[in-house]
Amino acid sequence: MNPIWTLLPPLLVIPFIIGFGERFRNLREASIIIAGIWLLYLNNQLYNQFVAGNAITSGELPLLAHFSLKLSVEPMGLVFGLLASFLWVVTTVYSIGYMRGHDEKNQTRFYVCFSLAIAGVMGAAYADNLLTLFVAYEAITIATFPLVTHAGTQKAQNAGRLYLGLLMSGSIALLLPAMIWVATAAHTLDFVPGGVLSDVGLSQSATAVLLALFVFGTGKAAIMPMHRWLPAAMVAPTPVSALLHAVAVVKTGVFVLLKVVTYTFGIDMLSTTAAAQYLLPVAAFTVVASSIVAFTKDNLKARLAYSTISQLSYIIMAALLATTMSVTGGVFHIVTHAFGKITLFFCAGAIMVASHKTEISQMKGLGKTMPITMGAFLIGALSIIGLPPAAGMWSKLFIAGGSLEANNLIWIAVLMLSTVLNIAYLMPIAINAFFEPNKPSDQSGAPLANEWQEAPFASLWAIVVTSSVCILLFLFPQPLMSLIGSIQWR
Amino acid sequence: MIATQLPALQIIIPLFAAPLIVLARRSELAWIIALVANFLCVLVAWDLFQLVNEQGIIRYSLGGWAAPTGIEYFVDTVNAPLLLLVSSISAIVVAYAYHSVKKSIDSTKHYLFYAAWMLCLSGLLGMLITGDAFNVFVFLEISSLSTYMLIAFGNDRRALTASFRYLVLGSIGASFILIGIGFLYAATGSLNMLDLAQRIPNASSERAILVAFSFISIGLMIKSAIFPLHAWLANAYHFAPISVTAFLAGTATKVSLYVLLRFLFSVFGTQYNFEYLLLNVILLPAAVFGFLIMSVVAIFQTDLRRMLAYSSVAQIGYIVAGISLATQAGITAGYAHIINHALIKTALFMSVGCIIYRLGHAHRPSLDNLIQTMPLTCVAFIVSGLGLIGVPFTGGFISKFTLISASMEKGWWVMGGLVLVSSVLAIIYIGRVVDVMLFRKQRLPNPMPQGRNEAPLSMLVPMYVLIGLSLYLGVYGSETLTVSGEAAKQLLGGFR
Repeated sequence: MNPIWTLLPPLLVIPFIIGFGERFRNLREASIIIAGIWLLYLNNQLYNQFVAGNAITSGELPLLAHFSLKLSVEPMGLVFGLLASFLWVVTTVYSIGYMRGHDEKNQTRFYVCFSLAIAGVMGAAYADNLLTLFVAYEAITIATFPLVTHAGTQKAQNAGRLYLGLLMSGSIALLLPAMIWVATAAHTLDFVPGGVLSDVGLSQSATAVLLALFVFGTGKAAIMPMHRWLPAAMVAPTPVSALLHAVAVVKTGVFVLLKVVTYTFGIDMLSTTAAAQYLLPVAAFTVVASSIVAFTKDNLKARLAYSTISQLSYIIMAALLATTMSVTGGVFHIVTHAFGKITLFFCAGAIMVASHKTEISQMKGLGKTMPITMGAFLIGALSIIGLPPAAGMWSKLFIAGGSLEANNLIWIAVLMLSTVLNIAYLMPIAINAFFEPNKPSDQSGAPLANEWQEAPFASLWAIVVTSSVCILLFLFPQPLMSLIGSIQWR
Repeated sequence: MIATQLPALQIIIPLFAAPLIVLARRSELAWIIALVANFLCVLVAWDLFQLVNEQGIIRYSLGGWAAPTGIEYFVDTVNAPLLLLVSSISAIVVAYAYHSVKKSIDSTKHYLFYAAWMLCLSGLLGMLITGDAFNVFVFLEISSLSTYMLIAFGNDRRALTASFRYLVLGSIGASFILIGIGFLYAATGSLNMLDLAQRIPNASSERAILVAFSFISIGLMIKSAIFPLHAWLANAYHFAPISVTAFLAGTATKVSLYVLLRFLFSVFGTQYNFEYLLLNVILLPAAVFGFLIMSVVAIFQTDLRRMLAYSSVAQIGYIVAGISLATQAGITAGYAHIINHALIKTALFMSVGCIIYRLGHAHRPSLDNLIQTMPLTCVAFIVSGLGLIGVPFTGGFISKFTLISASMEKGWWVMGGLVLVSSVLAIIYIGRVVDVMLFRKQRLPNPMPQGRNEAPLSMLVPMYVLIGLSLYLGVYGSETLTVSGEAAKQLLGGFR
């Protein structure tokens, strides 16, 4: 099967979304779910064919003289594609509940941009070369921009400006020259196992500069100081935040870095030279600093945003450590963090819809009225922290193992410090929800009701699905592990 | 029979359309004649383009007088694509102009307007096609004189001063070119470009050649608005009728750049310019300062036409930067950007024209929430604006990518970096407009009419045709690059 078919469902559903519009919203949302399931099926087909050992590529579209757009299937992209298509279905179900419960405006536009972004993600996941990946990266930026400014308020517009400004300027001023540099030095932009830069005579400092262009130019990976857009983008509706944080945007960023490290530089090249050593401290600083900032935020979504920045830098660290184990951990962490963080965001949205609370200090005792939501929150939090019985443990273990493999114990210390901070900023929310008494909230003065007051069923269903995946992946990591294990390192 | 006369037809059709239009006088009839003549031009250019691709260079002696005595038309892979580009842009803009002209120009003058347009077109096509140095000057004057007239048609009174200012500077440029050609003739005894190319290395007086070279290149730099000789451009683009601006932005400066390329590479030769005269030392700073300074200036303009005019000077800087590399890759990039920028900028001015048609102005701060009333126009502006920034799948990306990789190949890393800085500046100036269009809430004392108020279809359709064309060249960028690569090879190889 041609991987280009994966672009079809999210693009084909757009005329249906517009056609059904606000008048037939059940049909509109049904069409999205059908497209999502179709996409998941296609990705699963690709997975089966890949496991069967077939080489799967698309045709070429020569965009520039020697460089063309092309798609092909390899393990890392397959993980990302499967993840994104699965979460698209779940997020759509969730947003049906959320958007209606919250009575959002312009839902048609919201779903159209959402589908476009998913098409972009599919293009990124199966990109066969750097040019294709860059094109998809830009497409995602443009497609998600209207989602960030969805609310239409002054704050949303400012966030939109920052979002587009940082991501687009970063990609054009840093990522584009990095790509052209690779094209000039290696005369190819293809992703080749073992990399294309090992024998083109780049000096160590040149390699370090090139790597830095990639790391900072990929603004979606949100390494400090390119992270400002992420907390600002929190003004978007919660399903968007969930999509941005768990799948489409930020994961594309770290995915670019993992791909580049593995298939453009080659992990051997990076682990034998010291090029990456200059950047590891920046990533480590981001891990710790954003965890500390998260600790100071009382708004739940803001706290989760800073937590995302920190978790993304785990993956950047994993890429920069450039050992087989650390990169494996990095790819794994894309998945585990996606499920953990999307669960937390879903919970944040559910709390907002059901009890209109956004600040953490108001959420004490919420476990009594929203036990399912808060239970799922606990599981998501455990996964982010990296404790059993949640999947986050595995990926964190691998990244730590990677830094052992690189003989660098200091990065383990960073990981552990961050884990402690994770516990400190996530666990109290869940603990207070269950063990604190129901206090009258400051704003309304009325005590919380004692009966269940959960979010709409559709949203609740999505929360249950993602949180159970967190546990399932802890119990059965094997299929995912073997898929990641089939990456050709050299 | 007709096939052998194609080069002459290319010029004769628009040249004869002009008096025909004056005879017709009625404004609808004038428009129809102009449109038909223009589409015939496109057909001829398309045929020439195909012929050149199949058989190589076409040499045509006008009136049967053989070169170097007679005037020769010379079509090769350098000018054939540009003939097609210029005539197509003109055809699309003429189709677009009908309503905008009807609204902004007194109906008794329409026939003069279209006649001047046809003269301007024949002048531009003539500059492209001719192989005779003096003939270049003649066509340059035809196109310039009619351009002054076209600009003066603007309904702002400042159009007259803009036109006059252009007339003064344009005449200086044209006389510089004439003086230069005179010196060349004195030194070599020939006016035919091929002949000149052979005779210049053996010319007796090297100083005369040097003087000729300086006059010609400065004259052409004025005409093609290369920074810092761009002073005429902003006012001319601002106050001319918007359809004229769209037409000129895509054609006039590009044709002058072509003539500059021709003289630099084909007539004087790469060695002479870049190794002996170190032309890159002169052209490169002009280009780099041009695209940086003009992009910054564009950010602070409140009138869209003025902003786009300064952005044009900046984009011409990219083209000149590519040329000053004087490598195959560099000239390919510059040439590709001539094509891409012509399409993109014309489309941008056309969308501004739609805005002016409905609102009567193009004042950025008063375009609040325009997407509600003119969605199609705004989308056109945004898509073309992305092309200006250089987002993938637009022509701008293709030429910028090639330009940066060409400068890295030559080791001019700083220039590659500065091109990117200027792209970020483009994000700012386009972004400011988009920001107002999409988000700004209406807060004017007399708010704009609510509800859909889109420009007429006869304006929208040509605009979207042009955008489609530029997007096509963005997706199938390797086609532009192949054509540009051929042109660059031809330019670097001298006349062959």
